Amino acid sequence: MESLQPISGLWLLITMSLKVTIIFGLVVLVVAYSTLAERRVSAWIQDRRGPNRVGPFGLLQPVADGIKNLLKEETLPSTASRAFFVLAPMFVLVPSLVTFAVIPIAAPLPTPVGVVDMIIADVPIGILYVLAFSSLAVYGVVLGGWASNNKYAFLGGLRASAQMVSYEVALGLSLITVLMMSGNVTLTEVVWQQQQLGMWFAFPLSLAFILFVISAFAETNRLPFDMPEAESELVTGYHTEYSAMKFSAFMISEFGHMVTASALMATLFLGGWDLPGTWDDAFWHEGQLIKGFSQDGVAVLANPAWWKTVLTFCGFAAKTSFFMLLYIWIRWTLPRFRYDQVMALGWKVMLPTALAYAMLIGSVILVLDEVGIRWGFSYGLALTAVSGAATAGFIFFLDRGRTIIGAAGQSRQKVSISGISQPATAED
Amino acid sequence: MAISVKLMNRPEPEQTSYLRAALSGMALTFRHLVNPSKVTQQYPEEPTDLSPRWRGTHRMEVHADGRPKCVACGLCPTVCPANCIRLVGGEDDQGNRYPIVYEIDEFRCIFCGMCQEVCPVEAIHVGQHFENAEYTRSRFVYDLDRLMEQDHPTTLLWDPSDPSSE
Repeated sequence: MESLQPISGLWLLITMSLKVTIIFGLVVLVVAYSTLAERRVSAWIQDRRGPNRVGPFGLLQPVADGIKNLLKEETLPSTASRAFFVLAPMFVLVPSLVTFAVIPIAAPLPTPVGVVDMIIADVPIGILYVLAFSSLAVYGVVLGGWASNNKYAFLGGLRASAQMVSYEVALGLSLITVLMMSGNVTLTEVVWQQQQLGMWFAFPLSLAFILFVISAFAETNRLPFDMPEAESELVTGYHTEYSAMKFSAFMISEFGHMVTASALMATLFLGGWDLPGTWDDAFWHEGQLIKGFSQDGVAVLANPAWWKTVLTFCGFAAKTSFFMLLYIWIRWTLPRFRYDQVMALGWKVMLPTALAYAMLIGSVILVLDEVGIRWGFSYGLALTAVSGAATAGFIFFLDRGRTIIGAAGQSRQKVSISGISQPATAED
Repeated sequence: MAISVKLMNRPEPEQTSYLRAALSGMALTFRHLVNPSKVTQQYPEEPTDLSPRWRGTHRMEVHADGRPKCVACGLCPTVCPANCIRLVGGEDDQGNRYPIVYEIDEFRCIFCGMCQEVCPVEAIHVGQHFENAEYTRSRFVYDLDRLMEQDHPTTLLWDPSDPSSE
């Protein structure tokens, strides 16, 4: 007989170690294969085929890359600060891999000895843990750039610190609306509230979703925000001097951040492992796994099943993969911003917008609660309408030269020369 | 000479949308992403198409009884600009001339095809073939037997679809 009690005792230890092993292995595997995905997708976008020599469809390419990087020569610049140079890749690698611990990946799994949560650590600080650890990564990047004793690497590290700190502000502020909606910072509760609302937060919090995606791109140093690497300007930025496995550690951490950020975006705004319908809803409420509340506020027990766990995990994987594809897709479409544009966008656009939006959503939530609308679909619809208007306004004031200008629109100076004459000045 | 600058008629910033441009760019890259036709040729698996005019590895034409068609007239080593053909001619009892030694150094050869053009009996040819990797340099000097063994198509030296180039 399956019991709907949370797992405890020795079995907790066993399932926990299993979960840690499996999820960690899964993350590393996904990271390895996202490097392959990046190369294949970029190749397809450019009408090439990409690496397809190693194994069927090139599926063993990450293994070959790993072996190659392990066997390559480790270089250590003679002027580098040895200790920090060696430490920096570890500083970047560890935070990118441990942040996954608080993200729920599927519906709880019933076993004969109790219900196993599909999350490594359902810590009460949830999102704060993610924010704290993802901010730690910037130290590794800055240290790597500084310890290399190379001007390009140093500039890359410098840019990384400025950019990641700036966008962390917008990232955190756009998160505030999610936290106001869910009333808690644990990611399991964020998923649960989206299930209860009957719609994913991407709709009622559309502007926060957009801001979060933009900030996440900047936080993971991906194009169009890859200032710290900026191949055309800084060689490869902060990891210019790194080779072999240390370089690989930087790459793994970049992709690890992408995977974590994708999973986070899926969890916060696309319902995490939640699939449409209420059949998969499950949440621990006062020691019971409940599905929801009836009209008179009585808890309805959930009925977890292994197939629900599998299906919801597939849903979660699909959402995460979508964001991974978006990362790669945008990287191979958009050109890099200029550094001052990145900073202006972060401080002059993202930050005030996120602040104003947090206030707007806060007041709308207050009004809705005062009016007495129950937390449910109509609540979500009201917020969707407000957010849709806010998003439209944001895009209106952002675009068409008001804040950002398309490349074609920047030729304000009219150049008109016949014969060899002086170059056009700014006043022309 | 006066340098003229072409004026690009670019729209004003108020008329260009960054977001729309970015989205249309993404639509373009997505079309290429799902487009199954790729320009890369999977070379070892897919044989590559050679032009009918392609001048590659030589081959020597043979008679039905297996003798080389070469009559050791000495025109090809004479005309060869790279001086890569070594020919020692002989004569049999009936007075027919034949090559005792006929060697082509494929390394020195510049594949101009003049040996084929000059040959009066259409014996030596350049061919539509280029995959001749070997483990030693000495293997690149093709002797008469090796030249007769080659069975790849010979070069037309002109493009049949463009007869005026003959």
